[in-house]
Amino acid sequence: MVNKMKNFIVAPAPHAHSGDSVRRNMLLVILALLPAYVVSVIEFGWGALITAAISVCACVLTEWLISRYLLKEQKQTIGDLSAVLTGLLLAFNLPSNLDWWIVLVGAIVAIGVGKMTFGGLGQNPFNPALVGRVFLLISFPAQMTTWPTPQGFGTSYLDAETGATPLYFLKHIVKTGDSSVIDQLVPLKDAFLGAMGGSLGEVCALALIIGGLFLICCRVITWHIPVSIIATVALFAAVTGWCGALPEGLTTCHYVGYELLSGGLMLGAFFMATDYVTSPMSAWGKIIFGIGIGFIMMVIRTWGAYPEGMSFAILIMNACVPLLNKIRPQRFGEKKK
Amino acid sequence: MRTFRIGGVHPHDNKQFSAHQPITECPLPKQAIIPLVQHIGAPAQAVVKVGDKVKVGELLAKAGGFVSANICSPVSGTVTKIDAATDAWGAPMQCIFIDVQGDEWLPEIDRTPDLIRSCTLEPKAIIDKIAAAGIVGLGGACFPTHVKLLPPPGKKAEVLIVNGVECEPYLTCDHQLMLEHGEEIIIGIEILKRALGVERAIIGIENNKKDAIEHMNKLAQSKLGIEVQPLKLKYPQGGEKQLIDACIRRQVPSGALPIEVGAVVDNVATIYAVYEAVQKNKPLISRVMTVTGKNLAKPGNYSVRFGTPIEEVIALAGGVPVDTGKIIGGGPMMGRAMDHTEGMPANKRLSGLLFLPEAESIRPEEENCIRCGKCVQACPMGLEPYLLQRMNELEMYEELEKHDIMDCIDCGCCVFACPAHRRLLDGIRPGKAKVGAILRERAAAKAAEKK
Repeated sequence: MVNKMKNFIVAPAPHAHSGDSVRRNMLLVILALLPAYVVSVIEFGWGALITAAISVCACVLTEWLISRYLLKEQKQTIGDLSAVLTGLLLAFNLPSNLDWWIVLVGAIVAIGVGKMTFGGLGQNPFNPALVGRVFLLISFPAQMTTWPTPQGFGTSYLDAETGATPLYFLKHIVKTGDSSVIDQLVPLKDAFLGAMGGSLGEVCALALIIGGLFLICCRVITWHIPVSIIATVALFAAVTGWCGALPEGLTTCHYVGYELLSGGLMLGAFFMATDYVTSPMSAWGKIIFGIGIGFIMMVIRTWGAYPEGMSFAILIMNACVPLLNKIRPQRFGEKKK
Repeated sequence: MRTFRIGGVHPHDNKQFSAHQPITECPLPKQAIIPLVQHIGAPAQAVVKVGDKVKVGELLAKAGGFVSANICSPVSGTVTKIDAATDAWGAPMQCIFIDVQGDEWLPEIDRTPDLIRSCTLEPKAIIDKIAAAGIVGLGGACFPTHVKLLPPPGKKAEVLIVNGVECEPYLTCDHQLMLEHGEEIIIGIEILKRALGVERAIIGIENNKKDAIEHMNKLAQSKLGIEVQPLKLKYPQGGEKQLIDACIRRQVPSGALPIEVGAVVDNVATIYAVYEAVQKNKPLISRVMTVTGKNLAKPGNYSVRFGTPIEEVIALAGGVPVDTGKIIGGGPMMGRAMDHTEGMPANKRLSGLLFLPEAESIRPEEENCIRCGKCVQACPMGLEPYLLQRMNELEMYEELEKHDIMDCIDCGCCVFACPAHRRLLDGIRPGKAKVGAILRERAAAKAAEKK
């Protein structure tokens, strides 16, 4: 038969699509970060605006330059917004009074080393924003651990007042049994609402939880990773309390509360560990991944040299992802004999 | 409300265009082109020769093996040639060409609309009648129905599951059939229960067809052992394994048939055909198909004799819309795109014709896999589509086998869900074909060794 009219498009099924896209997912994560960012700007003022602006612009520019001039790609990928998200997440993990050039270095390392060397989006084994952050933490330990205390929107960029974070006191209390600094801890309510020192985007647990729930509702992420991290941390802290490691004046309940609400836990659990590229595929893989992160983080927080261990914990578990991807999703039916 | 437990996606059902359109008879064509392959299994063997006069219902070709099906003449007239023709999907196949003259039916076929309720035939006689009528699964797979009714030795059917799900978006033919011929379907169910010797039948219907659920419920109420199970909307609920899981919470093991868990699944359209064959002596010579699309003038449900060129059906529905980019035989999830419509006859397999506008026809460019795992979440068989596609690229066939590629049911959920628009199935299908060939080779070698 002669095909008189070969004008219809032929492609294999399916002929329908959910309408989901990489860009949409990135955009939703950026949206979900906004409540926490608004709190940061209110707490830390100009520092929050400047740091985030530098970080985002530097990340996007780095990706574009490398892709355009080093890799000579025909098609540029900055439109998928993943570089914007990396920039924003990097900023969220930095103190808001960090010198601009340190932020710049962090962004270049995050995208250049953390992402593009591996072949761009989807190929990187480690969370790029955390690669940037940990690089800075090791290279500039003093600047990276001097956190401003919240002073309100009027706070100037570099001369922010600084102070220790609740985690510093917690570690001191648990390690030494010294109960004298307990009253220097911010009230739990403040920790929940974000009135405490810390990295730019990590302080307001409430805003981060709202953003995280939004992502779960939009089916951008699943509950497995955040829930398993939070549950592991809570359990670890509770066991520490039950074993009598806490001095008088700090109840187990309070201790669990501080561990959950301070440091980068909520930011890490909902936004950093759930990074698509660097987390496992199957439900059980995700749960084990989350348990691993929670456990490693608590070990670092309790016995390690740093007061905070979220970044390290996530990066270590990132390295385990290829192994965790060997865990198969639950197959339909049983295996044949 | 129930649904299957692993994976699944939620495409827009888009059934509003043709839903509740009464089934309309499509006029007889001048020439009918009847392919000898309209089912899974061996091609049917022609028993007529050029020049023969045939009546409606007369056997044209007999089943070419155990898994095969008879083909009866959908028209009356003269056989003009038996020749290879290329179907719209590009596959050459033997077809019987008949010049249509009048509409003369075999005398034993009861063409009255009267309901015949009682059936006292023995199971064997029922199954023989179904086989003679050339009935195949009209849900899409076209597996010969009589083969399903003969469980392998040692296996016993416990429940008949009736597929009224119609999970493919756009399609409404089964829905309309339940509304217009619900009573016949209930009688058909009783006949099949008798043939299988089962006490229980469950009609699974998704709850986007509330009127059908209500209607079938009302009809089933007076019958012992027939229940209606409303199901939560989720694709691919009409998949045999998914439907069994949804209705009776049993999962058919990998590589096994539904009979392994005591279930036999038949589509409502198939059951209607069973009623007609057993009670009215009418073989399977036509089916209801949905002709639909956003911009189609007269979307609807048309009863079409097999062999009718689809152009005539399209003309009846108002012609190909101007901005059509794709014409799909079947639904948008599993249907096949046709590059032309000339000379393509309606057959047992064709459940619908869907006209997609140009804008919806072009696949967006692929991006890097971002390893989001949405394909894994979507897969109703619990497979890892991203991995299967990659392994096929790397020709890792042993690994593909170990990762259960043969369980893939081709449903398209992974591609539907992928935010990077990756064409996962384009890689998985050839991988599955290759692994299937390897498995067959291995089985043949084993058999030779035994000898």
